[in-house]
Amino acid sequence: MNFTSDTSIDIASAVNRATAPTAEPKLKVEGLNFYYGENHALKNIHFDIPEKRVTAMIGPSGCGKSTLLRIFNRMYQLYPGQRAEGKILFDGTDLLSKELDSTVVRSRIGMVFQKPTPFPMSIYDNIAFGVKLHEKLNKAQMDERVEWCLRKAAIWEETKDRLHTSALGMSGGQQQRLCIARTIAVRPEVILLDEPTSALDPISTSKIEDLIDELKQEFTIVIVTHNMQQAARCADITSFFYLGEMIEVGPSAEIFTNPREARTRDYITGRFG
Amino acid sequence: MSSLARRRATDYTVKVISVAFAALALLLLAWILWTLVVRGLPAIGPHVFTRMTLPPGAGGGLLNAIVGSLIQIGIALAIGTPIGLMCGTFLAEHGKNTQIGNAVRFVNDVLLSAPSILIGLFVYQLLVMPFGGFSGWAGAAALAVIIIPVVVRTTEDMLNLVPIGLREAAFALGAPQWKVVTLITWRAARAGIVTGVLLAIARAAGETAPLLFTSLGNNGWSLDMNAPMASLPIAIYQYAASPFEDWVALAWAGALLITVGVLTLNILSRLVLAKMK
Repeated sequence: MNFTSDTSIDIASAVNRATAPTAEPKLKVEGLNFYYGENHALKNIHFDIPEKRVTAMIGPSGCGKSTLLRIFNRMYQLYPGQRAEGKILFDGTDLLSKELDSTVVRSRIGMVFQKPTPFPMSIYDNIAFGVKLHEKLNKAQMDERVEWCLRKAAIWEETKDRLHTSALGMSGGQQQRLCIARTIAVRPEVILLDEPTSALDPISTSKIEDLIDELKQEFTIVIVTHNMQQAARCADITSFFYLGEMIEVGPSAEIFTNPREARTRDYITGRFG
Repeated sequence: MSSLARRRATDYTVKVISVAFAALALLLLAWILWTLVVRGLPAIGPHVFTRMTLPPGAGGGLLNAIVGSLIQIGIALAIGTPIGLMCGTFLAEHGKNTQIGNAVRFVNDVLLSAPSILIGLFVYQLLVMPFGGFSGWAGAAALAVIIIPVVVRTTEDMLNLVPIGLREAAFALGAPQWKVVTLITWRAARAGIVTGVLLAIARAAGETAPLLFTSLGNNGWSLDMNAPMASLPIAIYQYAASPFEDWVALAWAGALLITVGVLTLNILSRLVLAKMK
């Protein structure tokens, strides 16, 4: 086969990666319903999230994609009145089970938020905070862990000389990469990204996108984004949500070039949303 | 008169009236401070800080009252700050939109504006009557009751200013709630909470009524918390009402000391808060 343009090569490789046979999905959503009080926000969702791939969720505001993301690490349980029914199997264990401790779930399924949220402490302590919650490391091991995750988040060079200064003095893009480093430091298996670049400038955004590409070698990544180019660039799998339902899911290349559903096509061509 | 001219006239009138009343309020404040400085400053000398209360004409000072005030406020802080901090934390972190939270918040607001003489009488019933006498402990307890609602209110307000995202970020790393509160939220609100405590000290330092029925005052030197204890506000109250010139002068000196202390605390708290923002 001969490809003439770079884009088509990208798409082809994306299809190959996405359709390559994988083992059991890392996260398997089965018949999930979610309620904010009376409001039925997610309706009978079935969704497989493959391991060590980037899965994107797109859709107009209020369609339930962030809601689903916040169920994966049980953030919703912080708020009384929010309720999930159904199953989410994480390596075979039901994440919604009452016996499972939320702090354990969150140490294995990390999350990065829309707005950078550095803690009011030094860069080093920002990372050590999460690590200390789950592991007892001595000073040398902690130093090593801090360097490891800062390197992984591609921010080591910028921070190595100011590890003990306040994280609040960093730029927004640096803060967001610190937040990613902080999440990686706990060594989760899944990383949830909730519109991680919507508060950032284009250069910081492209750094984070490169980072996402690196990270999927080791982590399963789920990203919510309003930016369809971002989903097309970063994600192996893309799912489209609308009014609390998952309309369509498939390899990104297919979703963006040849969607099966009319609503998906209308959304990605900008007819609504 | 055209409508525009009338509106301008109204605007001008309202402006003049509000400036005039603001000036009046400032003038009264300046007058009080001026009188205080004019009468108090000449009365301040080394003897104020080094001597006990002595009979009129013997050149006594305020040492016992200053030390008594510091001890009672110190103990009141030690009792009131943890209670206030915990209660404010409860309201901000757990008691939102809950019945118990609303009840606690309401009671605290009532306590915040309760006449301080009532607090004195309350502690009198609780700690003075049953134990058979006035004491430093009772005075400290009364001041603690003054301090608690101030700390509760400021702690709750300051914790509410901490963005929800910061808490969620800590939860998302797998932190249990007590660690989120103690290591992240308190830390983020630290300056504001300290401000609240400073303001509470300032409030307690000037209170006379709660001490009248509790620690009573003491003309001698006493560090015994089980006995009546001197304090600056009570000393001012006693001396100012006396017919002796040197005692009245000491009352002015004491009043100036308290005012300067409270003013310093207020300025300090503003600085701390400005640093936080």
